[in-house]
Amino acid sequence: MVTNLQERPAQHAATQIKAEVRNLNFYYGEFKSLKSVSMSLEERKVTALIGPSGCGKSTLLRCFNRMHDLYPGNRYEGEINLKPDDVNILSKDVDPIEVRMRIGMVFQKPNPFPKSIYENVAYGLRVRGVKSRARIDEQVEQALRDAALWEEAKNRLDDLAFNLSGGQQQRLCIARALAADPEIVLFDEPTSALDPIATASIEELISSLKKKVTILIVTHNMQQAARVSDYTAYMYLGELIEFGETDAIFVKPKRKETEDYITGRFG
Amino acid sequence: MPPTDIAHPTVPTLVAPDRLKPKFTRHIKERLVELLLMCCGLVAVFTTVAITAILVYESIGFFNYVSVWDFFTGTVWTPLFENPSYGILPLISGTLTITAVAMLVAVPMGTVIAIYLSEFAPHKLREIIKPALELIQAVPTIVFGYFALLFVTPMLQATILPGLPGFNMLVPGIVIGVATIPTIASLSEDAMRAVPMAMREGAYAMGANKMQTALTVVMPAAVSGVVAAFVLATARAIGETMIVAIAAGQNANFTFNPMEAAATLTAYIAQVSMGDLEHGSVGYRSIFAAGLVLLIMTLVLNLTGHFLRRRYRRAY
Repeated sequence: MVTNLQERPAQHAATQIKAEVRNLNFYYGEFKSLKSVSMSLEERKVTALIGPSGCGKSTLLRCFNRMHDLYPGNRYEGEINLKPDDVNILSKDVDPIEVRMRIGMVFQKPNPFPKSIYENVAYGLRVRGVKSRARIDEQVEQALRDAALWEEAKNRLDDLAFNLSGGQQQRLCIARALAADPEIVLFDEPTSALDPIATASIEELISSLKKKVTILIVTHNMQQAARVSDYTAYMYLGELIEFGETDAIFVKPKRKETEDYITGRFG
Repeated sequence: MPPTDIAHPTVPTLVAPDRLKPKFTRHIKERLVELLLMCCGLVAVFTTVAITAILVYESIGFFNYVSVWDFFTGTVWTPLFENPSYGILPLISGTLTITAVAMLVAVPMGTVIAIYLSEFAPHKLREIIKPALELIQAVPTIVFGYFALLFVTPMLQATILPGLPGFNMLVPGIVIGVATIPTIASLSEDAMRAVPMAMREGAYAMGANKMQTALTVVMPAAVSGVVAAFVLATARAIGETMIVAIAAGQNANFTFNPMEAAATLTAYIAQVSMGDLEHGSVGYRSIFAAGLVLLIMTLVLNLTGHFLRRRYRRAY
């Protein structure tokens, strides 16, 4: 009983699908953590995953860049079809490193590397073997501008990233992801470790970034989902309960479970 | 019912007032335990202070006979000859050369093993390799010494280094290096494993492979612990006695060539303190002067290590 894309209003028919999840099951060892999830990401839109703790929203997010491959005993079933390649990125034939080259990620807690601000942002380019100093300079500046950190950081690019404040560190992590020119950026509760002001600036940033990239964001904060996202998926116990336009989900959810959650009756 | 003062409500007395008074016997017991524990802690401090004091005291006696300048610039060390000469440089050169050889072996090997164990090895394999590696530390150094003299040196002479003398600094250096690998590997691995998984995930999420993650993110994050491991291993190599006493020869040569025989500070002390030197003679006191130099070298290393750790320490 999942609301899928075909049922959506016609004015969105023109938008492109960037990635499509089909019947995705995920197992941590024996434990089935995602149960036949199907949804899609619209190109250059923000899609939010909401739901109570343990509902599988982070698990689903981390399927998109094959993060689960880092730990033994994890298993995917089903597919995530990345467009325009039309390739199932969960397939064993697909190199997870190639997937991560195209799909960036920002984590719950800011996790800058023990390097300078500049080197943090340049990291993705260096990993990709970019040697041209001019090109790296240019992309570092662009990424810092896109992450709204350039003005604060331009005079201290050689400072250690740890010297930045928490909110600045998180914007640095966003710049780091953007510098590698990703097609999709995954945000895993990116503001849960930040104060309200830093949170507001990150949210603003996410809204502006969708001009450039497709965004999937996990949040435990429903107001945040309502503020930043175009589409929202409500998950519960590993299942996708309802998926649709954010306005529709929050104003008149089709499912009772969704309504109970967003009105705060549980969760 | 009496009017109750809201600010000072009357609390019904549930216990006899003297129940809350300090108990004299309990107090005494606590103090005794505290005193006992403090004494145990002070033993270590007292030992260090006493050793330093004795070294300094006996060295002062030594420096009444030998000028400090001659001691630190002389290149001939023959304190037990009829015409004695007290230049410490040959012992320092021997110590530094052997330590350098040992570190050339132990630092790369130990670091590579640490990276492998921390970032690459499957969990089960690590649980086997790490204890096995630490078992090397259980081998008595005297066994290493004879192993160096009677096995490694002849083997090198028979194969790649035919001109190697029976006593030399190269082989004890290599053997000390091997004996020190577990120290570096184990401590560095602990430091690398202490790097939060979130930082590794950050690197992987950027498209880095395992080697890039290990070298460009985990290593810099663990650098304080890794440097501390190097420093500790160096201090151990400097202080190593048995292997050099047996396999390096015991004639103090002022040379940095590892292919030659030499004595180290420790080997000299071991050699002389077992002989029958007259108590209070200059030769006897030279041991303490050598010991003081050794102590200063390890102290400088420890301080360097401490400084580097503070310099690079970060809280994640």
